[in-house]
Amino acid sequence: MSGAGAMGAVRCVLRRDLTLAMRQRADLLTTLFFFIIVVSLFPLGIGPEMDTLRTLGPGVLWVAALLASMLSLGRLFASDYADGTLEQMLVSPQPLSLLVVGKVLAHWLSAGAPLVLIAPVLGLQFAMPVEGSKVLVASLLLGTPVLSLIGAIGAALTLGVRGGGVLVALLVLPLYVPVLIFGAGAVEATMSGLGAEGHLSLLAAFLVLALCFSPWATATALRISMD
Amino acid sequence: MRADRFGWSRYAAPTNFYPLAGRLIPWFAAPAIVLTLVGLYLGFFVAPTDFRQGEAYRIIFIHVPAAWMSMWIYVCMAVYAGVGLVFNTRLSSMMAGALAPTGALFTFLALWTGSLWGKPMWGTWWVWDARLTSELVLLFLYVGVMALTASIDDPRRADRASGLLALVGVINVPIIYFSVQWWNTLHQGASLSPSGGSRMATSMLMAMLVMTLAFWMYSFVAVFMRVRCIILERERYVDWARELAGQER
Amino acid sequence: MPSMLAPHLPSGRIRGVTAVAEAGCKRLEARELACVRGDRRLFADISFSLGAGELLHVAGPNGSGKTTLLRMVCGLVRPVRGEVRWGGRPIGRLGEEYLRRVTHVGHANAIKDDLTCRENLLVSTTLSGAPADPGRLRMALERMGLSGVEALPTKLLSQGQKRRLALARLPLADTPLWILDEPFTALDSGAVKAIRSMLEEHLDRGGMVVLTTHQDVPVDARVRKRLEMHP
Repeated sequence: MSGAGAMGAVRCVLRRDLTLAMRQRADLLTTLFFFIIVVSLFPLGIGPEMDTLRTLGPGVLWVAALLASMLSLGRLFASDYADGTLEQMLVSPQPLSLLVVGKVLAHWLSAGAPLVLIAPVLGLQFAMPVEGSKVLVASLLLGTPVLSLIGAIGAALTLGVRGGGVLVALLVLPLYVPVLIFGAGAVEATMSGLGAEGHLSLLAAFLVLALCFSPWATATALRISMD
Repeated sequence: MRADRFGWSRYAAPTNFYPLAGRLIPWFAAPAIVLTLVGLYLGFFVAPTDFRQGEAYRIIFIHVPAAWMSMWIYVCMAVYAGVGLVFNTRLSSMMAGALAPTGALFTFLALWTGSLWGKPMWGTWWVWDARLTSELVLLFLYVGVMALTASIDDPRRADRASGLLALVGVINVPIIYFSVQWWNTLHQGASLSPSGGSRMATSMLMAMLVMTLAFWMYSFVAVFMRVRCIILERERYVDWARELAGQER
Repeated sequence: MPSMLAPHLPSGRIRGVTAVAEAGCKRLEARELACVRGDRRLFADISFSLGAGELLHVAGPNGSGKTTLLRMVCGLVRPVRGEVRWGGRPIGRLGEEYLRRVTHVGHANAIKDDLTCRENLLVSTTLSGAPADPGRLRMALERMGLSGVEALPTKLLSQGQKRRLALARLPLADTPLWILDEPFTALDSGAVKAIRSMLEEHLDRGGMVVLTTHQDVPVDARVRKRLEMHP
């Protein structure tokens, strides 16, 4: 009975967060537009030669996705912390790690998935070939959930702390480095003719690792922050 | 418990550890100074000249030990943090907090000496070498832990939060290290190392080990001094701490 | 055994009675609780014991640590010294088993502005593990005088209505221990009466209540204990 209760609670939290995201669509769209704007800034800073841009494309798109994902972390726990709903989740008999999984999944669906969908379109700005775009989507699909999971730990540790957004960036960006290396690396490998299977399998391994450890670490961080 | 036969466990209380740390400091300071002098002598005078890089490579005798210490201190910090979180002991968390700045110092030293090495070799002040890049990310991890501790007002929450961050970081350090290694070899970047692969003259290895030991002794001195300050600060409403602070002034 | 404890309740409420009845065997105890916030010692040496049908009124001026004490009893805050026990066992070790017996209504209403009353109540009921059928939800909203506004997003409600919604989850929760932080704030006399009768019913069935309030607690309980906190 407790198993069914726990899954029901996760589904409830997921549905709740998605409903809230839908009703506050502005947040969703700002993350997406941030991604688009940042990607468009690079050619303005580097110059319009297509060859240079083609080489830089995977890295630029990945860094921009990373930054956009990180910017949206503030939304994950802050409002629940402010109105007392987070406290209720800590006092509820449902396992906190599972509730966290529900929240992070909802956060990824509303902040990460749109990035994955629009990335190929932005790839065109960097003359990215079709195979490259496909691998870009695959790498982002595997990588952005890892970013959300790791970011959740940072967001939980900095609840209600001054220096909020920038502090989360400082904590979380170093931990993002492996995902960035293999994510961008996958696309570059495809574009230079080598296979990307190794990179994608490593990204998948990161995802599994993050799924195993991050919810527990986030739950611990939440308890520490609510003390 | 065998360890308890000697009464070690009483030093787990900050009150008792404070004087012990104070007494131990000179016992680490003396070897630190001696070993540093020996190590520098071995490295700068005894070790042979590298046929490819000339004399400039000698900075390796500070660069590599500093890099090793930066990683070792991070592991120690994570272990203390873990113990503090699991067993809820105050002193462990204080030790973790005291280790961070020393670790960050060694990381910075490794980066700085790496840069000094790169200039005569490659003509640039920075080189995206695998080791230097990992050290850079490690510096960010240290800064993150220190920034988090500084941003949280309640010392207990600060300790536990930065402790958890240190633990998350320590799991990531090997992953980051290997990712950067891989990234570097693929892009065939520069590599900071003396000529040839792993075969190093014995005297070079000796010099590096001596310097590492010297840095380790120095770490004890710095960390013990820092943890004594932290103990005084935290326990300041307890009578003995107030007395001591009054005396020392 | 249920019939001995609550002979006057209709048989339809048997499940609720059993859940609360089993609590009759367990006591909530606090021994020498101490709390430190930053450098300040907030309180020390707080002890109390609470059994079935008893109400504990935690009183004291602002800043004396009442809210922190309640959060300690919920397990949100770890005491520097002392422990809270349920049925003789520390709540830290009981974990989920203890939380299943607790309903907490804090200072904040714990409702999302963009959800409707019904949706908010559904979420809090599901999180507490109780079955969330629409009939029971409607009855709870009716009882708290919110039937007209149940489909409105809560950001359109007044402070008093939001507080009523926060308290509406109490009858649905079906747990023996209720921990309430300033439940009567912002409520009009009608709502205060409704809460009062809810509390009295709960205590009659063998439940326990810990609450803080600045007002005189207008609740009729078999045993009323008072804990004075000093800053």
